[in-house]
Amino acid sequence: MRLQYNPNVRIVEMPCTGTIDHRVLLTAFEDGADGVFVAGCLEGDCHFLKGNFRAKKRVNMVKKILDEIGFGSERLEMYNLSAAMGPRFAEITNEMTGRIRELGPSPLNKGKEGDAA
Amino acid sequence: MIIAMQKPINDVAAMVKDYQKVLLLGCAGCVTVCLSGGEKETEVMAAALRIKRRLEENPMTTVTYTATRQCDPEYIEALDNLVKEADAIISLACGVGVQYVAERYKDKWVVPALNTNFIGGSTLHGIWEERCGLCGDCVLHMTGGICPIIRCAKSILNGPCGGSQYGNCELGKDIPCAWQLIYDRMKGLGKLDLMKKFIPVKDWSMARDGGPRKARREDVIIG
Repeated sequence: MRLQYNPNVRIVEMPCTGTIDHRVLLTAFEDGADGVFVAGCLEGDCHFLKGNFRAKKRVNMVKKILDEIGFGSERLEMYNLSAAMGPRFAEITNEMTGRIRELGPSPLNKGKEGDAA
Repeated sequence: MIIAMQKPINDVAAMVKDYQKVLLLGCAGCVTVCLSGGEKETEVMAAALRIKRRLEENPMTTVTYTATRQCDPEYIEALDNLVKEADAIISLACGVGVQYVAERYKDKWVVPALNTNFIGGSTLHGIWEERCGLCGDCVLHMTGGICPIIRCAKSILNGPCGGSQYGNCELGKDIPCAWQLIYDRMKGLGKLDLMKKFIPVKDWSMARDGGPRKARREDVIIG
């Protein structure tokens, strides 16, 4: 399978989305990410039973914080897919990159050179 | 424990809008357990405030630290060096912590990040309920371990009011009538006769009505 997806995506591996906490997501934005998406396992397929559900709640909480402070929650999203779903991963990556391109660079990157996403 | 909830982030940001170097002070006591002012919550709030201020083109720097307790002077004194560098302090402790910090650092702007709500416990992870009214003269031995002072909306001490319907308070179906709970428990324990016992009028002078209270233990006072 030779799938192509946008090259401007940096993958941060986590042992389970359930280990993601609010700080990891906020730090990504502070460090300059234009958008962040969390790729968790399919709902009901978590090896640790509830990891992806916990991640979903945390992502929603961070989205709420981002809206409150005026950053906008649309730069953060959570998707569910399995490790065997390569084509879906490429599709999500392109979808998210497209969304961020439309939004433009992160307001925290104002004045910095470079392409969005 | 003391249950507190975070104020809206924009309210906290407004309190320190004129300050550039801000110390966010968490507390490892009650507010860590009720997930509103521990190490993690302190860091999340600091990150959110920094992002907000960068968006407003008025960046701020933050230092975060979580004190063992903010309601003990010895843990506040240990913060002297951190405080020296800060223009303002956001305390993520209950109202006691905020006051202890403000009292020690008279020249610093100290603001609260939490609303201190009540004394209670958790019924589920993420849900807390009020269980003690701090009346200073506990009556739980007479009421089967269920507090009518705080769990009855009217703090009635001699049985339910007319609003008690099908075991619930007239305020809402999710609030059980404290006196129904007391009756059921006493019945289960075979101690209904205790409810008929004459009880003198409660001494409310030990409650908040008597002004700010002080507790003293001569045997442990040092110095």
